[in-house]
Amino acid sequence: MSKNPEFVKFDKVDKSYDGKVLVVKDLQLDIAEGEFITMLGPSGSGKTTCLMMLAGFETPTHGEILLDGNIISNIPPHKRGIGMVFQNYALFPHMTVYENLAFPLRVRKVEKDEIDKKVDKALSMVSLNGFETRMPAQLSGGQQQRVAVARALVFDPAVVLMDEPLGALDKNLRESMQYEIKHIHESIGVTVVYVTHDQSEALTMSNRIAVFNDGKVQQLSDPAELYEKPVNSFVAEFIGENNTFNGEVTDIDKDKCKVKLANSEILANPISVKSKGEKTTVSLRPERALINPKDKMDNMFTGKIEEVIYHGDHTRVRLNLLGSSEFILKVPNSTSNLELKVSQDIKIGWNSLDARALDPK
Amino acid sequence: MSSEAKQILTTDGIPLEVSLKKAERKNKIKAFLLVAPLLLFLVITYIFPIGEMFTRSIDDKMITNMLPKTFKEMENWDGQELPPEEVFSAFYYDYKALVEKQEHGKLGQRLNKEKNGFNSTTKRLFRNIKRKKIDESASIKEQMMKVHKNWGKVEYWQAIKRTAPPYTLAKYLKGMDMYFAADGSIAQVDEDRRIHRILWLRTLEIALFVTVFCFLMGYPIAHLLATLPMKYSNLLMICVLLPFWTSLLVRTASWMILLQQQGVVNDFFVMIGLVADDSRPEMMYNKVGTYVAMTQILLPFMVLPLYSVMKTISPSLMRAGKSLGGTPFVAFWKVYFPLTIPGIGAGCLLVFILAIGYYITPALVGGASGTLISNQIAYHMKTTLDWSFASAMGLMLLTGVLVIYWIYNKLVGVDNIKLG
Repeated sequence: MSKNPEFVKFDKVDKSYDGKVLVVKDLQLDIAEGEFITMLGPSGSGKTTCLMMLAGFETPTHGEILLDGNIISNIPPHKRGIGMVFQNYALFPHMTVYENLAFPLRVRKVEKDEIDKKVDKALSMVSLNGFETRMPAQLSGGQQQRVAVARALVFDPAVVLMDEPLGALDKNLRESMQYEIKHIHESIGVTVVYVTHDQSEALTMSNRIAVFNDGKVQQLSDPAELYEKPVNSFVAEFIGENNTFNGEVTDIDKDKCKVKLANSEILANPISVKSKGEKTTVSLRPERALINPKDKMDNMFTGKIEEVIYHGDHTRVRLNLLGSSEFILKVPNSTSNLELKVSQDIKIGWNSLDARALDPK
Repeated sequence: MSSEAKQILTTDGIPLEVSLKKAERKNKIKAFLLVAPLLLFLVITYIFPIGEMFTRSIDDKMITNMLPKTFKEMENWDGQELPPEEVFSAFYYDYKALVEKQEHGKLGQRLNKEKNGFNSTTKRLFRNIKRKKIDESASIKEQMMKVHKNWGKVEYWQAIKRTAPPYTLAKYLKGMDMYFAADGSIAQVDEDRRIHRILWLRTLEIALFVTVFCFLMGYPIAHLLATLPMKYSNLLMICVLLPFWTSLLVRTASWMILLQQQGVVNDFFVMIGLVADDSRPEMMYNKVGTYVAMTQILLPFMVLPLYSVMKTISPSLMRAGKSLGGTPFVAFWKVYFPLTIPGIGAGCLLVFILAIGYYITPALVGGASGTLISNQIAYHMKTTLDWSFASAMGLMLLTGVLVIYWIYNKLVGVDNIKLG
């Protein structure tokens, strides 16, 4: 079976609730069959609206949504055959786990034996066999979550939507659920559209991530690329930690540019700057700057340690560097650890390739 | 684990339970003091009156107090044949004492209710006592039987014996159109005089239909209230609560203006040609008026519990129902509706209980065919002054409500009631 690269297609979709503000602007997004795609963004960025339009609870103001080549804008939610996991699970509190899972099958008039088989299979997928007769209120948050996932999958939908399903769980449970959902996706190959505002969740689980802000997709790429090569300063800021320098381009080459800061100059990798005189924000990941680097690096500066915070596996060092006292360094915890003391001067270096000159903030 | 639980001690060696009780006693006293005024109020205005009503409704001490000696002697009488000399003489001395206190007339009337002919029978005895014709040294039994032949009939003595218990359920039987027949069995009153049973049934019928109407109208309103945006739902809530802010009498009176034969509604029907001017339907002073006015007045009691329950139902449940493939109706019927049952139960119970004891509205708009049992109770309280009968019917009403409450508890479970 060849995978359809345009299994779900948002075609020039606009959405406005009040006729004044566009919540989603000209959304163009293709989702491949069997893909795990995450819509990531701050609250109010339009990601949940996109999900609701796909589920059929909201209608696009303009444009079409296609599922497997068919326009679905006029199909009511119950005929779309899209499974959905809600933020607060939305388990039916008056039904047992079995009845919850059987609901989508019963409304499809599936035979009783078949229902039993499918419910059993779905429950074993989330390792909840033996919980059939429990009521949702008798389950822990993580178990409810699994039932919700099983319920969304039990009728073999082509697409499963997940709307911040792990938001209510505590950190450890959330992490183990992330892997569990990822493994379920890998084993059954269903297309998953996942909405979250938690970047680590997105990075862990997805094939591709669509970063939303202000109703638009800022960047659509796989997790590694998103982290390593953010295309604009919003994405750089939103994903992972970031040191920024605001300045002006004074000289530009093919893969290097000079950026003049308040009272110094650094070399950077020109991503979205084209010519001299442009304002820019240079973004540098904390782990890409090294203390006393052995190799030759084209950016070498001396900074003063302002604060040292112990984090167990690494130590965060806040430096006063190039006129900014917000420069963060991550020093891995190793046996050859350096003595880091407040108000000590240290040498810092990084490659201009890692310092990405993006659009100004 | 051993079955003997080891007593846990605090660090000072005091058993933990004792220590806990001590620590909580202060809170308990505080809590009790907070509810004490209400508790006292309830005892004085609710529990005590109900107890008082109950004793009044079964009280039948009058004769018991009038004939103490007689009833004492009657304890040894089997009630089958004519009583022995002792009973006769005890009655004679009791009656004589009453004559001296001039209370013998009351006894005659009361006994006459029990058995016709007692009035003249006792009067004859009274005259003989007045003229001192009874020789107290001879057999009183024979002399009394000579005074009136009824004293020689066992039925009359049986009637006296029936009045012996200080308590009677006669008023309750009367409330159900029944009475104690001469032989002590329970009999029904004649068919054309069974007014109470009709009233009970009508009360139940009207309360039931008012509950159904309130439910049918209140459910969609409550749903709208719970789902509309705040801006509109507040306005709607004011509309629902408006009846609460208007005097009950004003509301009832305005229904009279609207529904009477020359009223606004009838005028409108005539105007649009729905009915002819000379055949205006009667919508007031009958059941229709009672239904309309009571439904309007009791509607908020249905809407508010429903609303508070619906407000707690997450909209994502309906969405989940639909996204899982249920049509909007299936999602409503299988998911939404079952979750509102606690509210439906609370609302229906509230409306039904209020309706079953409703008084002012049916009295004003009900006419002859729209009055309820409560109006009958008020009639006996104010007009006939038969308070014991009114108490008995009041308690029957209360019992009815408790029975309904019990049935409800069996069916739905009181724990499931949600008022907010």
